[in-house]
Amino acid sequence: MSPLSRREFVAAGVAAGAGLVIGFYLPHKGAGEKEVFSPNAYLRITPDNKVTIVVARSEMGQGVRTALPMILAEELEADWKQIEIEQAGASTLYGDQTTGGSASIRTTWDPMRKAGAQAREMLISAAALTWAVPRSSCAAETGRIKHASSGRSLTYGELAGKASTLAIPTDVTLKQSKDYKIVGQRLPRVDSLDKVKGEAVFGIDFRVPQMKFAVLSRCPIIGGKVSGFSDKESKSISGVSYVGKIGDSAVAVAADSVWAAMEGRRVLNVTWDEGPNKDLNTAAITASLKQAASKKSSSLFAAGDVTKAGGRRISAEYELPFMAHAPMEPGNCTAHYQGTKCELWAPTQVPQDCRDSVATAIGLDPDQVKVNVTLMGGGFGRRLEHDYAVEAALVSKAISAPVKVIWTREDDMRSSTYRPASLHQLSAALDGSGYPVALTHRIVAPSISGQKGQPTPGNVDPDLPDEAGPVYGIPNYSIEYVMAETPVPLGWMRSVYALQAAFALESFIDGLAVAAGKDPVQYRLHLLAKDQDLPYFATTWKTARMRGVLQLAAEKAGWDKPLAGGRHRGVACFGCFASYMAEVVEISMENDQPRVHRVVAAVDCGQVVNPSILEQQIQGGIVYGLANALRAKITIDKGRVVQGNFDDYAPLRMSETPSVEVYAVPSQETPTGIGEPSVPPVAPALCNAIYAATKKRIRALPILS
Amino acid sequence: MADITLRVNGSEKKVSVSPETPLLWVLRDTLEMTGTKFGCGAGLCGACTVHVEGSPIRSCSTPVSQIAGKNVTTIEGLSANGLHILQQAWIAEEVPQCGYCQTGQIMSAAALLAKTPNPTDDEITKAMNGNLCRCGTYERIRKAIHRAAGQAPSNGGAR
Repeated sequence: MSPLSRREFVAAGVAAGAGLVIGFYLPHKGAGEKEVFSPNAYLRITPDNKVTIVVARSEMGQGVRTALPMILAEELEADWKQIEIEQAGASTLYGDQTTGGSASIRTTWDPMRKAGAQAREMLISAAALTWAVPRSSCAAETGRIKHASSGRSLTYGELAGKASTLAIPTDVTLKQSKDYKIVGQRLPRVDSLDKVKGEAVFGIDFRVPQMKFAVLSRCPIIGGKVSGFSDKESKSISGVSYVGKIGDSAVAVAADSVWAAMEGRRVLNVTWDEGPNKDLNTAAITASLKQAASKKSSSLFAAGDVTKAGGRRISAEYELPFMAHAPMEPGNCTAHYQGTKCELWAPTQVPQDCRDSVATAIGLDPDQVKVNVTLMGGGFGRRLEHDYAVEAALVSKAISAPVKVIWTREDDMRSSTYRPASLHQLSAALDGSGYPVALTHRIVAPSISGQKGQPTPGNVDPDLPDEAGPVYGIPNYSIEYVMAETPVPLGWMRSVYALQAAFALESFIDGLAVAAGKDPVQYRLHLLAKDQDLPYFATTWKTARMRGVLQLAAEKAGWDKPLAGGRHRGVACFGCFASYMAEVVEISMENDQPRVHRVVAAVDCGQVVNPSILEQQIQGGIVYGLANALRAKITIDKGRVVQGNFDDYAPLRMSETPSVEVYAVPSQETPTGIGEPSVPPVAPALCNAIYAATKKRIRALPILS
Repeated sequence: MADITLRVNGSEKKVSVSPETPLLWVLRDTLEMTGTKFGCGAGLCGACTVHVEGSPIRSCSTPVSQIAGKNVTTIEGLSANGLHILQQAWIAEEVPQCGYCQTGQIMSAAALLAKTPNPTDDEITKAMNGNLCRCGTYERIRKAIHRAAGQAPSNGGAR
């Protein structure tokens, strides 16, 4: 075992009155191994009646450490109070461990249910053998197998030894949703107690004995490099032990404390090779998007033939800027390089990518790199990058000691990856009643994956299939993508391209409703009136489900009822990550600025696993989306990111936060994404409310620019 | 370097650090009390909020030399026995998502309740507006403060 601080291995969370414990993944070889019942990588039951469920996704606030075990525990017929939870590090046991794309529930729903059902059936068999009774006379209930006719029962712990000797069934029957006892309940999150006591260990809190702290001076110009540096001033700071170049474009300062490292960096003299982007600015980027718009596009969705439709034509353009994720916990990672191995403690959404990138960077094989996943103070996609981990490993190697690399807020703002800026060209041909018979949405944006050198089959960014699908049953409907290019580093930010696509489409549709002189909800419902399947890559969007959320949101918002004086409403609906979402935003205008009072959100995400977590995700996504809509804008000047901290890149504060009401359509369909779908409709619903108030159509975000 | 004596959560702590070191880093690095968080380093987000002589301050922007001899309360010492009523309310209302900012939020709320036991919505907003939360937990924070204060929200949420 590595020399870790004790608290990391001691149970990090015992909720008051419940038996839930969170630990880090540890190998479990040793005495008594035979008695351990572990039919799959997700579950372990020991004779002391501990039921441990392994979570192979990263917890960044979205509740996976609670929700994923609930799914397994449901099929296991476990006693929720006896569940212990373990965080998996990078492993080959769980498939792709990337936490993103609102996919944790979607992608583990089947494996977690099967894992629980497998174990349940084996425990039933073990009890039947023990009692020499037919399996059919035994049943699993709240952590025990019971034999009703004799009144006997055994705990899962008592059956673990025998169960571990049985063959693992390949074909198991899963429960029906009507029989669920855990899934669908508002169970408290397993980590709240630690978090309110300040005992939760985030990446930045993790310590290794004799660890150094490092900050890096990174080239402020995009694509620039270090040309030289002097370590004299830095080394004069008490506590600074190392100053050295890391990679091509950064100089690290390592010290005994974070403050000494920061002070060492403050006085560090670095000269930069400014590189090819030293004159880049936001105006040039906007111009390049407009230029790219004339390039040949790739088709994302095509129904009918938009070129053949006649009628009155309306068209409009919409623009969005770069945006930064800005999670509350700045970037950090702890690494301990020891020659033939390297261990990391990383707040990461991609433990496997961290492992592989670190291995490449420091010249080890991937299996010589161990990645432990810590809690994260927010992710929002920023921790899908592996830069923190690579830096920490390189510094640890350079100083031959364990080190924690910490980013400051300014580092996070200026050396980040950004939501791509984009341009949207929409046009429609209208029938005599003002409804579109044809609609074209042309999305012009640089490709995140393309910039990172990942495949973009058919010149389509591989994220677009989850995030830019059709909403309405319009007979001639085309969604097209033009891949633009930019030197500005790009990243996947909460809801990724869906925010842009929804802002443009749902603002445009609102404009069409206005042009037709029709109510915006009724106009949309007309376009969704016919039950239609709209196949779009792996998802088949259903107009009936979109209609359902729109009707629910409108009803709960009291759309048909008059508003108080000075209040105005806007609506938008959109689907992404296979979920359907509609939002009604209610505002007043104060000094020409919108004040958001109330948001009513309706979602159809299939079976709800935990309604409290669902509400958190939707409320949180709407607050995040409001900040994106109102103020989020990263600008570039002289090749540098202008914004630096929460004064010039200002998230939403309590005074600006509306009341958010959340309603879910009851459903037993397979669960779909929930971390991101509430973000995209916010901006258009707000802008549509501003139109209702002012008759001014906002065609570029942010609103308060 | 200077030898500085603080009283942290009722215990005397002697530290040897450069006097301009922000209190935040003395708490986190020197005293290994990591419940107080680093968010912005500029007094803009409130994640580093602690009490000095009972008043909330931003420890990221407060040199430790200014705190010499003073009483500091951190999240670790907010409640000597068991959970503070606000911590209980935070759990009951299921406030935390990522949880990173919540200790700072609770410290700001505790300072509010100490002076204003039954705050109005406007008083809550004023006291809490310096604390950022990127997960967007503000609505539940408001509910938790009302719960702890033993009163229902006066108008159902934010204005």
